[in-house]
Amino acid sequence: MVLGSGFYVLSFHENDKLNISKGLNKMSKDVSLGKTFFAGIWDSNPVLRLLLGMCPTLAVTAAVKPALTMGLSVVFVLLFSNIVVSLLRHQLKPHLRILMFTLTIATAVTIADLYLKAFMPEMSASLGPYIPLIIVNCIIIGRAEACASKNGLIVSIIDALGMGAGFTITLCVLAAIREVLATGNIFEITVMPGSFTPWAAMGMPVGAFITLGLILGAVNIISKKTA
Amino acid sequence: MPTPVAAGVNSWFLNKFELERLEMDTLQTLLLGFIGIVLVNNLVLTKFLGICPFLGVSGRLDMAFGMGLAVTFVVTLAGTLTWIIDHVFLIGTSLEVMRYLCFILVIAGAVQLVEMYLRKFFPALYESFGIFLPLITTNCAILGLCLFVNLWGIDNLLEAVVLSVGAGIGFTLAICIMAGIRENLELADVPECLQGAPITLITAGVLTLAFMGFAGMIR
Repeated sequence: MVLGSGFYVLSFHENDKLNISKGLNKMSKDVSLGKTFFAGIWDSNPVLRLLLGMCPTLAVTAAVKPALTMGLSVVFVLLFSNIVVSLLRHQLKPHLRILMFTLTIATAVTIADLYLKAFMPEMSASLGPYIPLIIVNCIIIGRAEACASKNGLIVSIIDALGMGAGFTITLCVLAAIREVLATGNIFEITVMPGSFTPWAAMGMPVGAFITLGLILGAVNIISKKTA
Repeated sequence: MPTPVAAGVNSWFLNKFELERLEMDTLQTLLLGFIGIVLVNNLVLTKFLGICPFLGVSGRLDMAFGMGLAVTFVVTLAGTLTWIIDHVFLIGTSLEVMRYLCFILVIAGAVQLVEMYLRKFFPALYESFGIFLPLITTNCAILGLCLFVNLWGIDNLLEAVVLSVGAGIGFTLAICIMAGIRENLELADVPECLQGAPITLITAGVLTLAFMGFAGMIR
């Protein structure tokens, strides 16, 4: 993991270091395809374990719909970049590889952005700059470096799908909690009783930070119990 | 229902429109834009940009300040260069599709240039920035600012430069406040499962509440 939180591990707390190193160890040990896929969802979940891709996680989770759109866009970009990097891995010059990753990702993001603008213009407008910001999402460049540039096509595809699924599920869970508490609805369908008073703060930045903090705390408790 | 993100963008457009209607003079526009991006639309605390270094490098105040300075430097350069490239080359030749590719290349190039320049002429400063400089390429605050300048339709160079500097100062402010709080948090009795990243996120949440007080300050 050259870019992203890998460097920041230096200044992280013991708890986080333990989680991150556990996640990374699991990744390198896993060989079977099924394990590679499920590693991305729990053991080395990009958001909850590796602390990657925090910006979109916090920014688009005020409601489930944008969170799902964001998650699926990231799955597409991750798949595209992992396939291209995996196919080109023998031609890569070491000192140029980061540049090559970035350009591949930027191309994929441009495709995703144009697709959203054409077919879901309202969603594209409400997501604003966060779709183009997938370019600097550490998850994608991290997977290109840690997995796709070392493994064959099949493993890279499964890895992209697993990591993408882990990211999308995390986003949707966070968004569901926030949307229910902020508006009483989920997917714009009312689920809470009429007497429920919406918590306006949940729709604001403060709700995003605190909910994610508490979810990380819960994940720490669960992983300690199961360890 | 519009998301908060969309509401933020819309309110900025309204502000711009109102400013034009009132025919305020340029200096006032620049000043309001500057205060707006430092406090009201702070990239870290209201737009969630640059969260990775915000969480990772905010452990000690001196490191946080170094990171803030490096980001301010690069974001000023990148914001100015991308505005020029966007308006001189891309819009002129209808190549807007290439925008994201160009932006990320400019940012990576700017970081590389800054790194080479500092290593040659200010070795002491280069040593103290250390690992932060190459990391800045993947800092979302930089690309985010370039995209926001484009999204808000800033059509004069001076305003783009002022916004870029403001974004860097806003980032420095946020990360330094956070580092100060975290240095004191070391002495606090935090539940074991919340130590590390979780408590940092919760602290950041409380900090955004404080910054919400600035919302509506600029109309």
